[in-house]
Amino acid sequence: MRYAFWPGCVSRAGTPELYPAATAVTERLGMELIELDQANCTGAGVLGERNEELVDTLNARNFALAEQMGLDTLLTICSTCQGVMSGVNYRLREKPEYLARINESLSAEGLEYRGTVRVTHMMWAVVEELGLDSLKQMVVRPLNGLRIAPFYGCYILRPRYVLGMTDEHVHRDQYLEHIIEALGGEPIDYEGKLRCCGFPIMTINEDNGLKMVGNHTLEAKEKGAHALVTPCPLCHLNLDEFQPKAARRAGKPINMPVLHLPQMIGTALGFSARDMGLQRHIVSTEPFIQLSGMPRK
Amino acid sequence: MDVTLKVKRYDPESGEAPHYQDYDVDLPEYGAVLDGLLAIRDEQDGTLSLRCSCRSAICGSCAMKINGRSRLACKTMVSQLKAEEGDVISVEPMGNQPVIKDLVVNMDMFWDKVRAVQPYLLPEGPEPEKEYRVSNESMMELAVAMNCIMCGACVSDCTVLEVDPSFLGPAALAKAFRFAGDPRDGHTQQRLAAYTAPSGVWDCTRCFMCVSACPKDVAPMERIMDIRVMAIDAGMTQTRGARHVEAFASSVKHSGRLNELGLALKTFGLLRAAIDLAPLGIRRLLRRRMPPLLHKKIATAKNIARLFDRLGV
Ligand code: SF4
Ligand code: SF4
Ligand code: FES
Repeated sequence: MRYAFWPGCVSRAGTPELYPAATAVTERLGMELIELDQANCTGAGVLGERNEELVDTLNARNFALAEQMGLDTLLTICSTCQGVMSGVNYRLREKPEYLARINESLSAEGLEYRGTVRVTHMMWAVVEELGLDSLKQMVVRPLNGLRIAPFYGCYILRPRYVLGMTDEHVHRDQYLEHIIEALGGEPIDYEGKLRCCGFPIMTINEDNGLKMVGNHTLEAKEKGAHALVTPCPLCHLNLDEFQPKAARRAGKPINMPVLHLPQMIGTALGFSARDMGLQRHIVSTEPFIQLSGMPRK
Repeated sequence: MDVTLKVKRYDPESGEAPHYQDYDVDLPEYGAVLDGLLAIRDEQDGTLSLRCSCRSAICGSCAMKINGRSRLACKTMVSQLKAEEGDVISVEPMGNQPVIKDLVVNMDMFWDKVRAVQPYLLPEGPEPEKEYRVSNESMMELAVAMNCIMCGACVSDCTVLEVDPSFLGPAALAKAFRFAGDPRDGHTQQRLAAYTAPSGVWDCTRCFMCVSACPKDVAPMERIMDIRVMAIDAGMTQTRGARHVEAFASSVKHSGRLNELGLALKTFGLLRAAIDLAPLGIRRLLRRRMPPLLHKKIATAKNIARLFDRLGV
């Protein structure tokens, strides 16, 4: 399967371990990614607070770039980018006159969005296109005995009608569990898995954001999780980077390793901790590395 | 159609802790969760407490958590839940509000917050001779927010209220937009100032919970974003939230991508960024996790800037 690929800004800056891990793992899985190197930031939900039409125009530009390359599916490894793009695509398909107006703005660059692009996230593509059975067959180091807490992030769960979860794909809110099981691990059920990581308010009300980080990571810990896994780099930033501060706030140690989805898949596919950038996290992933039996280098 | 309702029971007078009780009911194909609960109350257990009235998604009294998500019991079809979510359906009282008994919660906080946003018109200047005339378009925007039936489902699922009860919350802020955006109101500036104060619109974490929960498509989060846009347009750019949006826009405008370091500096100001983020910076350096200090533009960045200009941002 060939995809136009948008990695998102954060996978190379805030969480620079994600980009190389994701490209290595998708290659091993046989997913061909063709990167949109002239694509722009999707706005991450923030730009929409300034001007919605601007967000729709910027994302239509990315879709047009994918169409120009003859590709009909745009894959991303960022839940937030996925959510914003799906929302824009939904709006543009509902309102053809609006799309025409946006195309006028894009015409200066010689671009036009014809409305043919489908947006997907690596998590969806693994389940829906690669298939869990194929994934299982590629496992060389099953995550036996590892208890993993799924953490989805808001943009890949809500709103359901934008994400195709009211009709075609009602079970997209269980894919992380399915992937964990396919890799031989045991998914942990806990309240926090469908909640917000708190990232969007960290610059505005840090205390509330830290409470969210503390609640979810501590709950996962109490339920016996060895690690937490997320398909969203922004959730990763918050749950990993701010976990030490959240622990101080909560007055108890947490030490919950937080994995990016491709890192967890890569572990089972036989990659080393260094290949997956596991030593580059803020919270030590050492316990996970040891339990999984993966090589360090 | 046979179904098992797993109902969360709590009676403070009994001294017992909250617990779940299973009830098997037989419902017609078109039965809603509320029909199941009423059948239980009528035929099996008269002690079950719940609120309901209209049974047609109008009065807003029957919001509760069904399979963990806040919904109207009278609008939620059992057959669909069975098909999509399994044979056992859990029913719990709403969240973020104290439980009085079983499925009945105390909504005082909900009403206090709605009252706090002054949910009535405050016109200025002399009254017109006849009626106030408004354009259809200006009412279209408000109509969505007017659909609110005050059920509390959004408040029940709000992730910020879970950690901070002082947050005004989705229902009150959607109501706030309904009045701030009304052309007949004369207090827009004061309203925007009040709604952008701490515990107001900038405290929302954009989790979409309220958008998913609302049975009337009010999409409270979108209304909160509407107020943010109104506030920035009205020049209220000094809140940290507004500075964050402005810095984000400027980064994307000039390079096509997000510059995380620049964003932190502009949102917090140099001094606070240096003090607050320094320990993190050192930890990041040790793990080779620093975002690039020199932020690279994409080759076509000037096209992006042109799109911003075209839309006046
Ligand atoms: S989007 Fe905002 S108001 Fe709505 S539930 Fe989430 S935090 Fe609460
Ligand atoms: S906004 Fe929607 S969910 Fe919230 S109280 Fe009103 S109708 Fe209910
Ligand atoms: S009973 Fe009136 S809304 Fe459900």
